[in-house]
Amino acid sequence: MDWSALGVSLRLGFGTVLVLLPFGIWLGRLLAVRRFRGRLLVEALVTVPLVLPPTVLGFYLLVTFGTRSPLGRVFEALLGHALPFSFEGLLLASAIANIPFVVQPIQRGFEAIPNDIRDAAACCGLSPWQRFLRIELPLAWPSLLTAAILAFAHTLGEFGVVLMVGGNLPGETRTLSIAIYDRVQAFDDGAAGIMAAVLLVVSVATLMVTTLLSKRVGAERG
Amino acid sequence: MGEPALEVELRQADAIPLHVAFACEAGDVLAIFGPSGSGKTTILRSIAGLHQPPHGKVRVGGTVWSDTDAGIHVPPHQRAAGFVFQDYALFPHLTAIGNVAAAMSHRPRHERDVRARALLARVHLEEHAAKYPHQLSGGERQRVAIARALARDPAVLLLDEPFAAVDRRVRRRLQDEVDMLQRQTSTPLVLVTHDFEDVVRLATHLLLLDRGRQVAFGSLHEVASRPDLDFLREAAGLGSVLDARVIDADVRGGLATLAFDGGHLLVPRRGLAPGHTVRVRIPAREVVLASRAPGGLSLHNVLAGTVAAIHVGDGHDEAVVQVAIGPSFVLAEVTRDALGRLQLRPGCPVHVLVKSMSIEVRGAQNE
Repeated sequence: MDWSALGVSLRLGFGTVLVLLPFGIWLGRLLAVRRFRGRLLVEALVTVPLVLPPTVLGFYLLVTFGTRSPLGRVFEALLGHALPFSFEGLLLASAIANIPFVVQPIQRGFEAIPNDIRDAAACCGLSPWQRFLRIELPLAWPSLLTAAILAFAHTLGEFGVVLMVGGNLPGETRTLSIAIYDRVQAFDDGAAGIMAAVLLVVSVATLMVTTLLSKRVGAERG
Repeated sequence: MGEPALEVELRQADAIPLHVAFACEAGDVLAIFGPSGSGKTTILRSIAGLHQPPHGKVRVGGTVWSDTDAGIHVPPHQRAAGFVFQDYALFPHLTAIGNVAAAMSHRPRHERDVRARALLARVHLEEHAAKYPHQLSGGERQRVAIARALARDPAVLLLDEPFAAVDRRVRRRLQDEVDMLQRQTSTPLVLVTHDFEDVVRLATHLLLLDRGRQVAFGSLHEVASRPDLDFLREAAGLGSVLDARVIDADVRGGLATLAFDGGHLLVPRRGLAPGHTVRVRIPAREVVLASRAPGGLSLHNVLAGTVAAIHVGDGHDEAVVQVAIGPSFVLAEVTRDALGRLQLRPGCPVHVLVKSMSIEVRGAQNE
């Protein structure tokens, strides 16, 4: 059992959720309530990581953030090392790969709030910011939870993007899913089996918690 | 002050055409009556600032809320408008008291709970303060919505089809409640409805709206006794509305005597007691005209008056006769044939005959 790989996986999972949630709330709400030019393109871009092979995504990330690109050099100056094959690079890649898992549920959550409720909040004298914090966010909360857990669970299971961008550096970019692949390649079926089981248990538990919480919220609201 | 409590002028040509101009005084209840899709709700939304018509002015107590010519549009949360939405739009994640307190951000925090409780008590919901909207009945939700609208300390109250979603019995009770609240405050109230019952029960003023066009606007008594409103005749039936006071209730005969400005009316007693003020509607179809005072009738109400106006609508075989009885008016729908036989024309003396059973009596109130 590669404990450091589990650590990297969990750190990557929580990190992805933390980085992506504020962005997802902003973009999801924007797509839910505003009608603007280019909306169709934005929605397509949000969904595209779902259908693209992870290798394509990984390739573009390498090209964009590699040491030879201007953006890559900016990051290198900021971080003191190159983005690819580092935890930060992996985090960025994972965040981008998880955009659809976060933005879509949040968008549906904000879409489900009837317009009358928003109007009523305005007529109650609540400013746009107060309406967001006191009315919209609490009402969309179950969708935020779903988004967070989906992104977390999906990050644990991510393989292709991690391999392309992160490589296989122990303690830095070797996640559990990579470690399993690594052990299988080395004919170490025992270690691979244990790690696979751990990943399975963590994933099932995560999804059960989501279902339970969303059911409880549903019961509260009638 | 001199300024009207509410002054509205709206014009738009697009999707929902709209062309209205009206004003309200403190204590007025203005009913906007028209079929669904006539633009009633758009008027309320424009007053609240939720809709921006291409041309319009909204002034409340001398403060400009909207003026498209001057480029003024105060955002909805800065307008003191209490809005009761058709489906109530309560916040599902807040309790009844939480909903009411949510409209109090203009008050200091420590006042809110006491004030919210007082408002819930005013709509008789104090024991339901901790319940969530889904635990309340339709009528209770509506009362929470009213309390929430009042919590804003509004300069104008806007009610969008407030009784559409409740059954008839609850509807009567809610109407009484709105009537009571209205008597306690002087806030002008604008009520949108497609049910003329609401108008008769609550309104002091009436605006008729037909596909966004203002057909008539004025005091309820005045508009309801106009003989020429073909729109109202088709939408709700014509019938004058009078305010009256119960001066006698005869338990044995089962009749009550009402005094109105111009005479007396006998109506079925139905729980009326001397001192009650009521509103009566006399449907124009139920009124019989006679050139001489008749005798030997089972009917109780024979009122002497003068023909004030006659209206024959385009392509109608019937005529509407407006009869002045003192300062009040009663409408009668008769055939053109009857018009000729009685030789009715403005200025003629005439007798108005109404069955006591035909008179609609609304809202017995002990003053």
